[in-house]
Amino acid sequence: MRIARPRMAPSAYVWLLLGAGYFLVPLYSTLAFSLKKNVAGTPCCTLSNYGWVIHNGDFWHTIRLSFVLALETIVISLILFVPTIYWVHLKLPRLRPVIAFMALVPFVVPPIVMVVGLLRTFHGAPGWYYGSPYGFLATAYVILAFPYMFFSLDAGFRSIDVHTLTEASQSLGARWTTTLFRVILPNIRSAALAASFLTLAIVMGEFTIANLAAFHTFPIFLQYVNESQGFPAGALTLLSFLITWAAMLSLLLVGRKRGARGAAIAGAR
Amino acid sequence: MVTLPFFAYTIAFLFVPAASVMIGAFQDKANHATFSNIRLLFDHPYIDAYWGSIRISLVTAVAGALFGMLIAYAAIREGTPRWIRSVLTTFSGVAANFGGIPLAFAFIATLGPLGVVTTWFRNAGYDYSVRWPHFQLFSERGVELAYMYFQLPLMILVIAPALDGLKREWREAAANLGAKQWQFWRHVGIPVLMPSFLGAFILLFGNSFAAYATAYSLNQGQNIVPILIGAYYTGNVLDNPHIAQALAFGMFVVLALMMVIYIPLQRRAARWAK
Amino acid sequence: MSYLQLESLHRHFGPVKALNGIDISLGEGEFLSLLGPSGCGKTTALRLVAGFDRPNQGRVLVEGRDITGVAPNKRDMGMVFQAYSLFPNMTARQNVEFGLKIRGRDRSSRSKRVEELLELVGLAQAGDRFPHQLSGGMQQRVALARALAIEPRVLLLDEPLSALDAKVRVQLREEIRRIQLELGITTLYVTHDQEEALAISDHVAVMYGGVIEQMGTPSEMYTAPKTPFVAEFIGTMNRLEAHVVDGTAGEVEHAGKRLRIAAARGRRTGERVLILIRPEALELQAAVNGGNGGDNTLAAEVVTQTFLGPVTRLKMTGGLIADMSTARASALPVGASVVAQVPADGVQLLTLTDDLPDIGEGT
Repeated sequence: MRIARPRMAPSAYVWLLLGAGYFLVPLYSTLAFSLKKNVAGTPCCTLSNYGWVIHNGDFWHTIRLSFVLALETIVISLILFVPTIYWVHLKLPRLRPVIAFMALVPFVVPPIVMVVGLLRTFHGAPGWYYGSPYGFLATAYVILAFPYMFFSLDAGFRSIDVHTLTEASQSLGARWTTTLFRVILPNIRSAALAASFLTLAIVMGEFTIANLAAFHTFPIFLQYVNESQGFPAGALTLLSFLITWAAMLSLLLVGRKRGARGAAIAGAR
Repeated sequence: MVTLPFFAYTIAFLFVPAASVMIGAFQDKANHATFSNIRLLFDHPYIDAYWGSIRISLVTAVAGALFGMLIAYAAIREGTPRWIRSVLTTFSGVAANFGGIPLAFAFIATLGPLGVVTTWFRNAGYDYSVRWPHFQLFSERGVELAYMYFQLPLMILVIAPALDGLKREWREAAANLGAKQWQFWRHVGIPVLMPSFLGAFILLFGNSFAAYATAYSLNQGQNIVPILIGAYYTGNVLDNPHIAQALAFGMFVVLALMMVIYIPLQRRAARWAK
Repeated sequence: MSYLQLESLHRHFGPVKALNGIDISLGEGEFLSLLGPSGCGKTTALRLVAGFDRPNQGRVLVEGRDITGVAPNKRDMGMVFQAYSLFPNMTARQNVEFGLKIRGRDRSSRSKRVEELLELVGLAQAGDRFPHQLSGGMQQRVALARALAIEPRVLLLDEPLSALDAKVRVQLREEIRRIQLELGITTLYVTHDQEEALAISDHVAVMYGGVIEQMGTPSEMYTAPKTPFVAEFIGTMNRLEAHVVDGTAGEVEHAGKRLRIAAARGRRTGERVLILIRPEALELQAAVNGGNGGDNTLAAEVVTQTFLGPVTRLKMTGGLIADMSTARASALPVGASVVAQVPADGVQLLTLTDDLPDIGEGT
């Protein structure tokens, strides 16, 4: 009932305005560029750049590739991590700090270092793996997604009573698989979805590994357009930003429910 | 055991590659053990790249930590409407992931030779590329400016919970006991925030140190380590793969050092969060 | 001469009137509790005295001087908050020392004073512990020591015991009172717990809706509540609606039965009134077969019995509540027909207005 509302401090105004300016100007510039046709004359505004993007075969090819890669990464990650984290929470709680520590390893072995190791280790691997994005790249991306998957799923599992649910399910006669799919999974749904959206953002934006391993994903295409075309790159950049934005928004909406971790930092840098 | 696939996977795709980098760093072209690669790291241009990376990382970590904290505090403190905080957090979540290639283009569109801001200044009669030849988007300062775009949001997201933890009762109790604003900050506010602040600083440093895509797209030449590593694979600059591995090993050492400092700091911060 | 004075304080937040005209006059060394449910304005009043908020109207005076415009860090008052107010990065000792440090006292006089205070609140051993290593009760003791260290003119406490366990609460409230009496410090205490307020205060002010309903000594508040709200809020009351049938003789009629109430003398015939009787004042007897009881009685049936230790509370039909010793209550089990004797004297009568505040089940 006491709705005391003191006035906003003047310094707060200053910092917030400066922050807003810094963040919004580049976005505006991108939009401005995307609506220009060429340097001289024509002030504004044309949608021809967007048209160029939509009619570009490479665009659709690479975005499809990245998207499918993302889905593949998400599926493999979930299959790999969900049962593991479930089991750790249920039976092996002492392993949890070990896995949590492992989740910090990608901080010490960032993509640029990891790709060097991967390329060296799998140098002699068969072509269907080493030469295919769905093989080499996907397995690397699963590792990239691992910390975010872990923290999100872990928070999800911590928010439900794993023991009670499992015991209740078993006392009613269910097998392990039934318990996992019918009882546990629905309850960590929001955590799993949040982690999935984050992974989507990661894969759609990952450049380092794809670049060094020479695969043609969407970010690679983006860089190519950056280098070769001027203004169409603006349309493409804005599109890329919107994709990230959509993924993060979905994450936030899904994450509102209990058990999902808040937004994390996972994009290409 | 259920956890076997997980461990097998991480060993195969994380630990083994990481180890292979370590090992490769100490091998020569004939795969014999040697320190020569490591020794080479201390020569130009490699040592310059390390200094470049460290410089940029320090600058963006300090600037990101300071300004990020000021912005976050402005949004969270009493008196600021609640919606500003939500907007800031949401936007930070998105902006933190808007790095790499798209970010580089956005900055080129803003501060590049044909950039929106550059043109504004030029139309106003002020061509800063002449006045400030050091400031060029495709220079160290430019890269730092671009890096802030994901460093600031990272700081905001990380420090917000710590700022929330600054209980209003502390400020009032301090005032009640006679303290002025600055005395509160000096004796209570800053000491309580320090572990979180330092932890966030380390996070920002590591984040910047490992960054590759943005610098690549801003055509950084070879003054930071990730670009140098990439050059081996995308260009033909280095001819000895073990140098690239040694460079990667060097990065690993720097980052591991950061982690060693980070973990106890986190524990400290959590202790006072009660 | 009043030491602390609140003069016509008004505070509103937009359309909401948190304080609608409060007048309080506290003598030196007195202990006044502001008692009321949440939202009544008691904390708002305290914060105005502390300086964390400014009134829209009215003044706060200390020793005759107007301090309404003075900043909170210059008011020389000690405040104990409900929770979380200890600085987490300092030990108990450093917390208590803080106010003295700010005032620039030298190290030796500071540490002497700190030891004195830790001794006073019974925490001489725990001085080097950090807040997160102290229990809730100990933290509040440190908070008290910290507030008293600067020798404030007024001590302000904002529901300091609300966040603590019941047993600790009772112990600590007696400590607070003991210390307050020993130091003779003028104290303003905010609470929603009426038992607490009655147990330790010199005066109690019951607040509701931003105004003071009644102010007086604890026993005055208990035996002679002046408004229905106060009657309900303090202790439990039987509330019997009645109307006056004979103003000269002092007779009222409730639920068809005539009762003689001394306080009804001099009232208009037909006036609607509320009879207030404390549960312990209602005498119960088992109903003799067929009999309707004697003069001034009400017939009822026992609905529930609640065991409260030495006392048992019986709830009966007609909304009647009576407290009696557990031994005697065993003779009147659930379902028994009883006769309640309504005392003619010492029973409060209030004029009934249409808006009776609803406080729910009495405590």
